[in-house]
Amino acid sequence: MALLEAEGVVQLYGALRALDGVAFSVAEGQFHGLVGPNGSGKSTLMKCIAGAEIPTGGAIRFAGTDITALPPERRARLGISLKFQITSVMPNLTVYDNVLLALQAGDRLRDLVRSLTRGGYDARIRETLARFRLIERSDDLAGILSHGQQQWLEIAMALVRQPKLLLLDEPTAGMSPEERWATAEILEPVRGHCAMVIVEHDLDFIREICDRLTVLNQGVVVDSGTVAEIQNSEKVREVYLSRV
Amino acid sequence: MTLNPRGWPVILVLEVAVLAALLAMPAGLDHFWVIFVTRVMILALLAISFDLCWGYAGIMSFGQALFFGGAGYAVAVAARDLEITSVFIALPMAVAVGFVLSLFVGWFLLMTRFPPPIIFVALGTLTGSYIGQRLALSWYYLGGQNGIPSIPSLTVGDYPLYEGPVFYYMVLGLLLGVYLLCRWLVRSQFGLVLAGVRQQESRLTFLGYRVQTYKTMMFALAGSIAGLGGGLLAFHDGFIWPNSIGILVSTQAVIFVLFGGIGTLIGAVIGVGAIEYVGFELADRYPQIWPIILGALLLVVVMFRPTGLIGLLVPERERYGRFGKPPKGEDGDDGAA
Repeated sequence: MALLEAEGVVQLYGALRALDGVAFSVAEGQFHGLVGPNGSGKSTLMKCIAGAEIPTGGAIRFAGTDITALPPERRARLGISLKFQITSVMPNLTVYDNVLLALQAGDRLRDLVRSLTRGGYDARIRETLARFRLIERSDDLAGILSHGQQQWLEIAMALVRQPKLLLLDEPTAGMSPEERWATAEILEPVRGHCAMVIVEHDLDFIREICDRLTVLNQGVVVDSGTVAEIQNSEKVREVYLSRV
Repeated sequence: MTLNPRGWPVILVLEVAVLAALLAMPAGLDHFWVIFVTRVMILALLAISFDLCWGYAGIMSFGQALFFGGAGYAVAVAARDLEITSVFIALPMAVAVGFVLSLFVGWFLLMTRFPPPIIFVALGTLTGSYIGQRLALSWYYLGGQNGIPSIPSLTVGDYPLYEGPVFYYMVLGLLLGVYLLCRWLVRSQFGLVLAGVRQQESRLTFLGYRVQTYKTMMFALAGSIAGLGGGLLAFHDGFIWPNSIGILVSTQAVIFVLFGGIGTLIGAVIGVGAIEYVGFELADRYPQIWPIILGALLLVVVMFRPTGLIGLLVPERERYGRFGKPPKGEDGDDGAA
């Protein structure tokens, strides 16, 4: 059974059909890339999966549960995590506290009020920061990190609670080539434990990391398959060549 | 600039200094100043309530006077008509009225499907305060524009608590209790959530937090504290009038906190003291133009020192502070609150 299934998802903005009957699925532990030209509906689809927008039509199921109309926090509690396109770490909190904030999201209110859980999370937070090459910066304010480090911190926050599905919207945007490959290295150990849907313009990165790809154009799925299948797809070639 | 040559947290130094000064004042001041500082401490409760909303939870409330004045009217009516003056009933009643009113307003304004925009909450709370003032002005039972005069004194058993040193120390004790409670809360892991809400509200929802619940809880706590302040002021001054529930007092709360230093509890307290004292001195020396001078002074501080007076003394990092109990081996409380 697929972990995530979208069926006939439609999203209308007035007369514009940003998504027009999109269907795709992601298996457990799979890295799934969403690619397509600008305005093809990739980010809109991510928003519909994360709960930032409620689709006009269609259905989205996660681990067998219909999540089409659930608010974002309930989706997060089911195991869906998101990294925004625009970095949105808490700039005036330390790197450590940013990760703690993500990790304690499932705690009971009374435990938070009495500060009962921070000590127990310490080892896990430090381990996560070490994995994301941020351990030396743990006491720095997140706002003074470099852009690439802020991207890593946000991915660390998204992964620290061990979600079943991670949505990554342009995880390497603004990164240097070295940081891009480091990001791929950082994400690799997650494969098999956590599925990912990745929107990314860097096709080399997508080819390197993804198991399957879905290509969108003007709100419609053009093709879906393995990286090799998509590279040889006539339909995909037409979409990209028609825009040259 | 820091005040901590021995490495002490500046905020902690300020807190101890303010507490020591407040403890000693009645011994060295005449009756007028004792009453003056008592009012300052009561208004500090109002300022803390606004600071909890805007400085800590990101709720722009322009209506804290609704809970402040609403509780004041409630205890005034209860004292006048039901002879309820016992400190053990009247003050909890003031807290309860503030809590219920703010929970109702918060439920309506904050518990929406998606976190509401700041302007919606600001206008909603402002409207609540305006409605409260209009109601107080037009309802004969509440005394109309004259308000409720000659409110009986608070009592402990048969002992009446008139304005003066005893009332002063009671207010100081209550302010200290409220301050310590809020300090503990905003530096807890719950406080970390509030810091996240203030900085990246939408991000918090995608981490799994129901942000609206946290904000409504803080709003209700802030309303309870404002209610306590309103109840104390009604008994202290012996009267309450429509301005106490209206836009003027709501705006005062905002100015106290902006002037003192938003997002720090001690900043709210210092802001009230500074504005009330400077306002009093200016009114004494320049009776015609003092509001203009005070307004200009406030503008200068807000424009050139957005972190308020506290920003002159406390390093940025200390103002942000730390949250929760640190694991063994780490430094403890840095005093930020």
